[in-house]
Amino acid sequence: MSPSLLILIPLLPLIGFTINGIGFRHVPKSLVGVIGSVATLGAFIISILAWNSFDGQPQVVKLFDWISIGQLTIPFSFQVDQLSLLMLMVVTGVGSLIHIYSIGYMHHDEGFGKFFAFLNLFLFFMLLLVMGSNYVIMFIGWEGVGLCSYLLIGFWNKVTNYNNAARKAFIMNRIGDLGFLLGIFMIIQHFGSVEYLEVFGKAANGGFGINDTVIVTITALLFVGAMGKSAQIPLYTWLPDAMAGPTPVSALIHAATMVTAGIYMVIRSNVLYSLAPATLGFVGGIGLLTALVAASIGLYQNDIKKVLAYSTVSQLGYMFLALGVGAYTSAMFHVMTHAFFKALLFLGAGSVIHAMSDEQDIRNMGGLRKHLPVTFWTFTIATFAIAGIFPLSGFFSKDEILAHVFEHNKIMWALGILGAMMTAFYMFRLLFVTFFGHFRGTHEQEHHLHESPATMTLPLMVLAVLSAVGGLMNIPHVLGGGEALGHFMAPLFEGSKQVNPTLFEGHLDHSTEYILMGVSVGAAVLAIGFAYSLFISKAVVPAADKDVTGFPKVLQNKYYIDELYDSVFVKPISKLSDILYSFGEFLIDVIVNGAGRLVQFLGGRLRLLQTGETGFYVFAMVIGIVLVLAWNFLIK
Amino acid sequence: MLTLSLILIPLIAGVITLITKNNSAKQLALIGAAIELVLAVVIYAQFQPTADQQFGFSYPWIQSAGISFAGGIDGISILLVMLTAFLTPLIILSTFRQPYKNASTFYALILFMQAALMGVFTATDAFLFYLFFEAALIPVYFLAAVWGGEDRIKVTFKFFVYTIFGSLFMLVALVYLYYQTTSAQGHTSEISAFYKLALDAQKQGWIFWAFFIAFAIKMPVFPFHTWQPDTYTESPTPATMLLAGIMLKMGVYGVIRFVLPIVPLGLQTWGTTAIVLSVIGIVYGSIIAIQQRDMKRLIAYSSFAHVGLMSAGVFSQTLSGVQGALIQMLAHGINVVGLFFIIEIIFSRTKTRNIEQLGGITQRTPHLTVYFMILMLGSVALPLTNGFVGEFLLLRGVYESNIWLGAIAGTTIILGAVYMLRLFQKSMFGAKSTFTEHFADLSFSERAVLVPLVIMVFWMGLYPNSFLKLTEPAVSNLLQMIHY
Repeated sequence: MSPSLLILIPLLPLIGFTINGIGFRHVPKSLVGVIGSVATLGAFIISILAWNSFDGQPQVVKLFDWISIGQLTIPFSFQVDQLSLLMLMVVTGVGSLIHIYSIGYMHHDEGFGKFFAFLNLFLFFMLLLVMGSNYVIMFIGWEGVGLCSYLLIGFWNKVTNYNNAARKAFIMNRIGDLGFLLGIFMIIQHFGSVEYLEVFGKAANGGFGINDTVIVTITALLFVGAMGKSAQIPLYTWLPDAMAGPTPVSALIHAATMVTAGIYMVIRSNVLYSLAPATLGFVGGIGLLTALVAASIGLYQNDIKKVLAYSTVSQLGYMFLALGVGAYTSAMFHVMTHAFFKALLFLGAGSVIHAMSDEQDIRNMGGLRKHLPVTFWTFTIATFAIAGIFPLSGFFSKDEILAHVFEHNKIMWALGILGAMMTAFYMFRLLFVTFFGHFRGTHEQEHHLHESPATMTLPLMVLAVLSAVGGLMNIPHVLGGGEALGHFMAPLFEGSKQVNPTLFEGHLDHSTEYILMGVSVGAAVLAIGFAYSLFISKAVVPAADKDVTGFPKVLQNKYYIDELYDSVFVKPISKLSDILYSFGEFLIDVIVNGAGRLVQFLGGRLRLLQTGETGFYVFAMVIGIVLVLAWNFLIK
Repeated sequence: MLTLSLILIPLIAGVITLITKNNSAKQLALIGAAIELVLAVVIYAQFQPTADQQFGFSYPWIQSAGISFAGGIDGISILLVMLTAFLTPLIILSTFRQPYKNASTFYALILFMQAALMGVFTATDAFLFYLFFEAALIPVYFLAAVWGGEDRIKVTFKFFVYTIFGSLFMLVALVYLYYQTTSAQGHTSEISAFYKLALDAQKQGWIFWAFFIAFAIKMPVFPFHTWQPDTYTESPTPATMLLAGIMLKMGVYGVIRFVLPIVPLGLQTWGTTAIVLSVIGIVYGSIIAIQQRDMKRLIAYSSFAHVGLMSAGVFSQTLSGVQGALIQMLAHGINVVGLFFIIEIIFSRTKTRNIEQLGGITQRTPHLTVYFMILMLGSVALPLTNGFVGEFLLLRGVYESNIWLGAIAGTTIILGAVYMLRLFQKSMFGAKSTFTEHFADLSFSERAVLVPLVIMVFWMGLYPNSFLKLTEPAVSNLLQMIHY
């Protein structure tokens, strides 16, 4: 595909941003949404063209040398290959739907133009992230999407809590970014380049042993970046707070695209990670832990978006679990299906919130299926998909991950099943409490209940179709499929296979695979049945906050992790800041001045040795003259 | 001749401004600074990206002593010359809405300051450098002492004593070096002659410290910084801009020009100590900035932290570190002047700099919000802004010299976001306060100052090679002189 056309992919959203951003308050409102959406759709269409003309070989398009220093040149360039193409489709495809949805959702907001400008800017950076041909371009996108996330979480900037959430997101991401940056420095140090093709070529053929210290350190540092961006333990607490942003933002940035950047990065660097099984073990462990912790928190959340947020953290954990066992394709598969069903869930939640006049507490909802039929049905499809019910998309991707984990470690697999059960439970709890039973809101809310406009329901339907059939792109052999995605992505992992073939061995016989599928679906069905008996048969409504006690209270309060961070990091640093300012500065003053007097004294003694040197006198005189002249000018 | 004109034009313009009436002083000063900028642009256009000294001039001065009035521009100087020429007219323009008493003296001092700074950055004779280095102190001292805030006398006295004290060490070092030189006519004070001296390690150690103290106070580097936050806060904003935007770069420049090539053995022994102090300053300054309420003081501490990174980068003696420092000096000058100007804009409308009393400004000021945001992002080193290129190269330089120090210095990207986002949020976001109730958006002259700054933020962020290419040959050449 011609380079100039490829450049248009990130450029179109940038143009959209510029028009809506600079023309903010001047561009007519009816045009704003169209400009934003057309820019995104344009990028989507060109991405499809790029997909069609892709010949299997990575294509690098260089624009210019961005930073040159000595032997190191960091070009501003893009790389199109299997991985970037897949990400392009997800980002621009789901992105387009969410732009269209936002036309309806944000219609009454006074910051309509600003919203679309930021959304376009986000896409620009996200596209840089996935299209960059080297780590530094990825880093531009990486930090840029962080900025947009910050701007959009704090979109309603009159509310201090929202601003705090935005700031928290930015700062936590920056902690990860420092790891990423140090990883880049180390890559430069050992590979002399940041270009993917060069680095991975050298890594594959550079004689690095398995678990070489350098590679382990690089991959660990890069993963710190991924922990921040993809909200993994211990850097996950920003993501639930990020729900302060408008719901389309939660769908696009905090579910479907940006937060999967960490997974993208690991897959992109798969040669390095395959060389470092030690890091992979860590990645998998963190992923599993995050999946379980977040899922357990999700069990007791009552804010519709918070449930989905913890679900996102948990699902990201599954993706890292997959990466940890070297199942790169499965992780990518789950990135894609998750993008479909989680975007759908968020947009559905947005439709509910829209109808409920900004109510988000599911305890005040109930019985919405009659009033919001499209939302209800699409939401239900997504719920079945995320719960992993055959034959919806989530079944295939989650099952593939769990099968690979089973090959690797049976205990991790069992824990994975446990997490899947929790997922099924909290998702169906959400579905039942929100859409079934009696309406529990105010009369005024009930009076306003309405299905959303077509701009909103249309994206829901498209995503529902994708959530339902998305699994078809990688049907396993055991179910008679061709593993199309696996074949498409295979060239990406040739280097990995070369350096660490054992990572890709391990093969389950068909009967085991059937049993695993049966167990995971059975477990999910069990959890759904439990949720059904509680929330439908017994019509239980989650208790008011004050009535929750014991361990559920710990879960509802998210294990008090925020409080912990606050008392271990935030407060002590603030305190330290005060102490340094009020006392440290004073102390330094005293010490430096004291030392100064001492040195002055000694210096005076030394200078006596220099007497008779004309140079010194001349200059002392010159300075004296300057001083005198200056005084004369001022005191007229 | 061009270089000499860089020093003479502001000097002459200053004298003219001084003897004119107060009410036309600012226009005259602006014209003078504008002519200077045109000249600097001509120099920029003609500058060859080589390691050579260009546009040189040399007049015998104290011939018997081998001291000459000599200057020129090389890759180390060029960006600082551009910075000084670029910022001064903007600083003058930034005062246009603010009446200052004794305007003709006020503006004359700014121009004298510019002349002295140009002298510092172009002098090729060590004693001429010293003369300008000291002379630059005088105008800014008077600006602070006469037009400053309530505490100005006490604060400026401390500032004066600190910097003079530091300079004395440098003078001792220069005199010593001068006596070590030999040429046909006796001694010489050409800086390039100092480069050829190969002193023994112990002597280099002493000279290293003499230079270090002088330049460390100027930048400032921890623990020589306590004059700085008070001085920045109490000075009238144009003086603060001169101090933070340009003058602190004299210290970094001094280290590159003198310490690296003249005392490599001293660096070998003490370089790590200098990096450690610089890195302590980064963390220490950033942490203090987190809880500041006075916006000016907050930026003062942030500036202290940022210059710590530049210093660490230079002392790393790596190509990345020194190149990073040069480009970061330009970037920091632009950002910090922009930020101080925005603080001045907020102060002039609300009469407060306390962020606890502000809030909600963005609701009425889309323009101010955008400019403030861009400058803030530059300051927190977001990629594609000017701050990123500098910090990336600097941190890589520090990393190359010591991985752990690189990692600690790297906390600046986290802590910088902590205090800058807090500043932005507390002043711009949230609910309006009684102070910000009727906040008017930017005027035309205010935008005229901010637009060029923001253009530079993006130019440097998007295409840093147009600056890096100018300086690299000179920096490589300089680093090659460092033999242990």
